[in-house]
Amino acid sequence: MSELCDIRGVSVLYRGQPIPALKEIEFSIAAGERLAIIGESGSGKSTLARVLAGLLPPGTKVSGEICWPGGRPLPGRDLGFVFQDPSSSLNPVLTVGEQVAEGARRHLGLSWKQAEARAREMLEKVRMPQPEKTLKAFPHQLSGGQRQRVAIAAALAAKPGILIADEATSALDMVVQADIVSLLDDLVRDARMTLIFVTHDIALASGFADRVAIFRDGRLVETGSTTAVLASPGETYTKTLLASHRDLTTRPLIEDAVG
Amino acid sequence: MTLLEIRNLSKHFASGGRNVAALTDIFLTLEPGETLGLAGASGSGKSTLARILMRLLPADRGSIRFRGEDWLALSGAGLRRRRAGMQMVFQDVLGAFNPRATVASVLDDPLRIHGVVPKAERRGEVAALLDRVGLPTSYADRSIREISGGQRQRIAIARAIATRPSLIVLDEAVSALDVSIRGKILELLVELQRERGIAYLFVSHDLAVLRAVSHRIAVMDAGQLVEAGTARQMIENPQSPTARALIAAVPRLMTGPPQGHKHEF
Repeated sequence: MSELCDIRGVSVLYRGQPIPALKEIEFSIAAGERLAIIGESGSGKSTLARVLAGLLPPGTKVSGEICWPGGRPLPGRDLGFVFQDPSSSLNPVLTVGEQVAEGARRHLGLSWKQAEARAREMLEKVRMPQPEKTLKAFPHQLSGGQRQRVAIAAALAAKPGILIADEATSALDMVVQADIVSLLDDLVRDARMTLIFVTHDIALASGFADRVAIFRDGRLVETGSTTAVLASPGETYTKTLLASHRDLTTRPLIEDAVG
Repeated sequence: MTLLEIRNLSKHFASGGRNVAALTDIFLTLEPGETLGLAGASGSGKSTLARILMRLLPADRGSIRFRGEDWLALSGAGLRRRRAGMQMVFQDVLGAFNPRATVASVLDDPLRIHGVVPKAERRGEVAALLDRVGLPTSYADRSIREISGGQRQRIAIARAIATRPSLIVLDEAVSALDVSIRGKILELLVELQRERGIAYLFVSHDLAVLRAVSHRIAVMDAGQLVEAGTARQMIENPQSPTARALIAAVPRLMTGPPQGHKHEF
């Protein structure tokens, strides 16, 4: 795989904050890989997603450099971004059709009519029930999971090569989360996109990421293939994260009821 | 004696001119010192049930008996007095507090309002509560905004146990916490239950969390109770499609190579 971007000694300090959110980050991302950025609150994982997408607020100090051998991606055209909360990333006064069509019209040079057809196609791709009807709906008329499907459709409408999903499923319930993750996995695979999936949930990432990068307190703790890091984590913190994971096979904290 | 008995509980909401059933004929019981996990997806009605139980919403039909009394018939001073027996811990840790409050005032309020201990002993009781939930007593003077999310959830638990309740409703109480903190909060809840015989109604969409602490699990879907049983039975041998979907949705650590196109859902 060729290199998509090389992050060289990047530090990020938000305005008014005493401590950098990211400290001297060094690593590179390969084109076409599915990378999971994993960390708890305050780890800097979202800051990394934002610095890559050029979405940091004005007044933020960034040092070091990010090199893009194929040219810096233009947000919206080359890089799609899905946020945690679709209620705040979608425009409440535009219909679903208008916001999905907007990116396609602007970046693919389509007419409104063609862009609307593209929006319908995208809503089908994200497995939206009743895509035709949804085109005319407003975000508040949809459930949280449906809004996130719309946000994904909008992010992918202009056929970007990179998709960054920042905790895109953590506000959803688990059944919807599983659906959305499998949807993202399929879409990215079909289009051979690079996926940067930011999450606090190492188990969720382990199901589909090629590589994981573990962050803590603004630093990169370790990175490696998902298989290697899960089988033999090199760092104590990664071991702690893995040990904190709880699923249905984990021993309960109480004695089971008799019967 | 059964601590809580919910019978035939129903609730409708009017939405856009339609009448939407939020709860239909719910039957549930809870024994003292027991944890009942209430599982379901968003919109399944589990939070509506919790709110009716807390008397934050009226029910349309049905009855709730709590500690042998008709809980829905209580009002005014009688209800206020008995609220000490049933407390709640919410998901949104910061939203559940007055942001200008100090830790001491958050814990002192229920002690004062419910007259749990004589005035002279309240300071000592606040310190004892902090100690019990694993926080230094020096935290009493801090602002609720200055402490971390996990610490705030410990304060929410301390506030809930302050009135010496026999039931605490936990509404997604650990969902917003980091995984490393989540386990410690669950352990604290289990310890408190052992020590004080508190019953929990634990509402969550995360079956892994419910499996950790629940004796029994009830599954809700579209306002109906679709399945209930011991936690082990429910997980090992789910009967309803809803329970099977909830089980399949729990992420597992995949230590082998990625499974490829289809997940084992």
